[in-house]
Amino acid sequence: VKRLLVVDTSVRLLHHSILVLSLYFLLAGHNQPGGGFVGGLTAGAAVSLRFVAGGPEAVRTAFRFRPWTILGTGLAVSVATALVPLLAGNAVLEHDDVSVDLPVLGTVKATSALPFDIGVYLVVLGLALMIFEAFGEEPRLDEPAGDRPLTAPQPEEVP
Amino acid sequence: MLALIIAHAAVGALVVGLGDRLGRRAFAVAAAPMAATLVWALARSGDVVDGDAVTESLTWVGGLDLAFDLRFDAFSLVMVLLVAGVGVLVCAWSPPYFSHDRPGTGRLAGLLALFAGSMLGLVVSDHLLALFVFWELTSVTSYLLIGNDDRNPVARAAARQAILVTGAGGLVLLAGFVLLGQAAGTYRISELAELGEVLALAGSTVDVAVVLVLVGAFTKSAQAPFGSWLPGAMVAPTPISTYLHSATMVKAGVYLVARLAPVLAPIGAWRLVVLTVGATTMVMGGWRALRQHDLKLMLAYGTVSQLGFMMVLFGAGEYPMTQAGVVLLLAHGAFKAALFMVVGIVDHELGTRDIQRIGRLGRGFTPVIVITVVGAASMAGVPPLLGFIAKEKALDAIEGAGFAGATGALVAVMAGSVLTFAYSARFALGATGRLAAPDAGHEAASAHTPSRWLVWPPMVLTVLTVAAGVAPVLVDDLVRAATTAIDAAASPSPVRLWVGVNTALVLSVLVIGAGVVLVLLRAGVERAQRSVGRVTGVLPSSQLVYEATVDGIARVAQRITSVVQHGSLPLYLAVVVMTAAVVPAVPFLRDLDELPVVNHTWVHAPLAALIVVCAVAAATARRRVSAVLLLGAVGYLMAGLYVAEGAPDLALTQFAVETLATVMFVLVLRVLPRGWADSRRAVTSPVRLGVSGAVAAAVFVFALVTTSARDDVSEPPVSEEMVERAAPDAKGNNVVNVILVDFRGLDTLGEITVLVVAAVGAVGLARASRRRAGEQPRTAGAGGADVGVHEGDEEVAV
Repeated sequence: VKRLLVVDTSVRLLHHSILVLSLYFLLAGHNQPGGGFVGGLTAGAAVSLRFVAGGPEAVRTAFRFRPWTILGTGLAVSVATALVPLLAGNAVLEHDDVSVDLPVLGTVKATSALPFDIGVYLVVLGLALMIFEAFGEEPRLDEPAGDRPLTAPQPEEVP
Repeated sequence: MLALIIAHAAVGALVVGLGDRLGRRAFAVAAAPMAATLVWALARSGDVVDGDAVTESLTWVGGLDLAFDLRFDAFSLVMVLLVAGVGVLVCAWSPPYFSHDRPGTGRLAGLLALFAGSMLGLVVSDHLLALFVFWELTSVTSYLLIGNDDRNPVARAAARQAILVTGAGGLVLLAGFVLLGQAAGTYRISELAELGEVLALAGSTVDVAVVLVLVGAFTKSAQAPFGSWLPGAMVAPTPISTYLHSATMVKAGVYLVARLAPVLAPIGAWRLVVLTVGATTMVMGGWRALRQHDLKLMLAYGTVSQLGFMMVLFGAGEYPMTQAGVVLLLAHGAFKAALFMVVGIVDHELGTRDIQRIGRLGRGFTPVIVITVVGAASMAGVPPLLGFIAKEKALDAIEGAGFAGATGALVAVMAGSVLTFAYSARFALGATGRLAAPDAGHEAASAHTPSRWLVWPPMVLTVLTVAAGVAPVLVDDLVRAATTAIDAAASPSPVRLWVGVNTALVLSVLVIGAGVVLVLLRAGVERAQRSVGRVTGVLPSSQLVYEATVDGIARVAQRITSVVQHGSLPLYLAVVVMTAAVVPAVPFLRDLDELPVVNHTWVHAPLAALIVVCAVAAATARRRVSAVLLLGAVGYLMAGLYVAEGAPDLALTQFAVETLATVMFVLVLRVLPRGWADSRRAVTSPVRLGVSGAVAAAVFVFALVTTSARDDVSEPPVSEEMVERAAPDAKGNNVVNVILVDFRGLDTLGEITVLVVAAVGAVGLARASRRRAGEQPRTAGAGGADVGVHEGDEEVAV
């Protein structure tokens, strides 16, 4: 993969900032614009920057877990959040909330919608990672893209 | 009872889960719940025979009056004795039969327990729909048991045929149950029994329902013309055939008919259908059994024949015949299971089931020969065995019955009994080596003595057959109580071996005499069967009908698929968008009386103009990448519109979606040619213009109608309530998010599930096309886990 210094450096800076932004969207979403879906998409955008800079390998090293693990965890978290109220005899997805007093931040209110939203976040992020995993491989460059046939690529020798 | 059913399920699941780790000990574990059931049933038998049914109930869906109402009366007791008793014996018999641990034996044992639980539930259910659930569970476990040897294509085909036939019958049965339950106003069998008069007047709904119920029962009990799956199912190991396909599951249809006959027999075509089908099955099954050389197939067709006999007895709804049916049920359970085990022993020791290759059996086989002769004699109806009492009672009851067609039924039953005698004799002679072809027979010489563990389970059944025959007082109370349980109006006569010289005895002597003649003239009979077979061979057999139906469905499906999905992506797209545009637009146009006044901020105008420009540019772009980028621009401008409207959340989402979508589009575009082959025609083609115009018009109308939809409605919109309740009820100020994760959380759950499915599908597609390109599929980096995508399934059309 051809790498450009400018892109590499700025992506290194931006990637984490955007990930933090996505986490902010996730956590603030219940009261301000944002939420798990937007957060997940933003994280996906951060991933796409890594991809632009370093190709699929950079995406793979950016996260410790494989895409399908993230995807499955997200779905499991959301489903679990939906089902937990059943154990207490409540309806599916029934709402509950707690307030915690934290030292610096003051009173923090968390609702059961948060873990559900975390699940949504993980599913959307996992989806983005899956797509990069699936379609991110470099197309073979030994023939120009424009001359390739419309149907599936032809078999060829790998050097 | 519920606890017992659950115990079966738990033990079955456990044993299946342990797989082959238990080896043949799995059968001992599987037998535990069956033994517990047997003990429980025997402990309760005193009360139950006295007429006190044990009832339990577990509400399933209260609002729909769905419940697992269980009712254990004397007829259920008869069935439970068969299910649990034969089950325990089969489990005891299986380990020596599978003398070598084979893969899949553990699963077989676990499935046996699961099946026994389903069957137990079936025979104690008092609610038609609960009965249906157990009914289907027995079909499914039977399918798994037949196909347990999953590497054998014959077993797989037989299993498929069994589940297709019984499953289709199950659906018909469900329809019949629903019609019946709605017409009667109750789904409880015990309450149906009191509704006889009412139902008879209910009219054509019930007339249809009874036929549907009968069709369901016929498929399960292998009646003509649905019987072809049962001989096929004989590919399963002999313990399975013994248990499911002779002693229990195939009796489910008979059981259901018996339960409903007292109420439904006078209604519609019930009696005509059940007598015709039962009698036909009895004669045809006997005829075919007489033609077999394979001992197991002989018994299978014999079972079909006996099931037809039971259908006739139970289906008529006359209590003397019902009583004969109960005796036959007990007798058949005992002798047929014992005979199946004999087949298993012979197969196990001699390695063949072909009567032409079985030679004279040695001294060590004496107990087996005794079991064979007694079992076959009971099947043939020879005194003093239980089978004789059953047939005697049956002939007596049919002869004394008053309904139309009784004489026909009597003739058919007598013909069937003669054939039964003949094939019983053929079985006994064949299994003991009297019918060996002259040049064969050496199989017996090398046979070693069957282990005593193989012999005692069928011996128990044989002892019971003789004991109940010689001293029918042993089963008298049970039979009479079961008859009264089926038909409360019954006053059953005592069960006796010798009732004096009457018509039935004369008929019995006639049957045995004719049977002996058939046996003595067996060479002639075989010739006659061959010539009749040549004539009837031109008629389609039920097996052929089954195969033609399955093939036909596959062929029609293929033809439809080739028309509907021929691979042109533009055409698919056109069909999808035109459907989406035209179908909703029709009612919209009707609602659109006057154009609403759309009046918002001035910022809309320049944004809208830019959107139009970008959209036109996207449609006319020469290169794919430019088109995608222009589409992205349209999306961003839409987000601008949302901002102008004061919807930051929507705008944020639109922004993020647009960004990611554009990047992903580019990813895919890298493997496509840069430009379109016909970029000029794309814009000017009248078809494409027409489709695009129609979609645009539909979206426009949709927007107009939805903006004006609330103009003449006085109710407050739903959104107001959501805004009001967001903060106090859901503790969130962002209403959009509260709707997504709280008010409409279930929708979101569904949507993210769709996302996961889409992701898996996309990866599958990508891998499939890569595999087609001749490249090895990459085993994904460090994690290396497989997502479980089946490669190469999808037809990639670009």
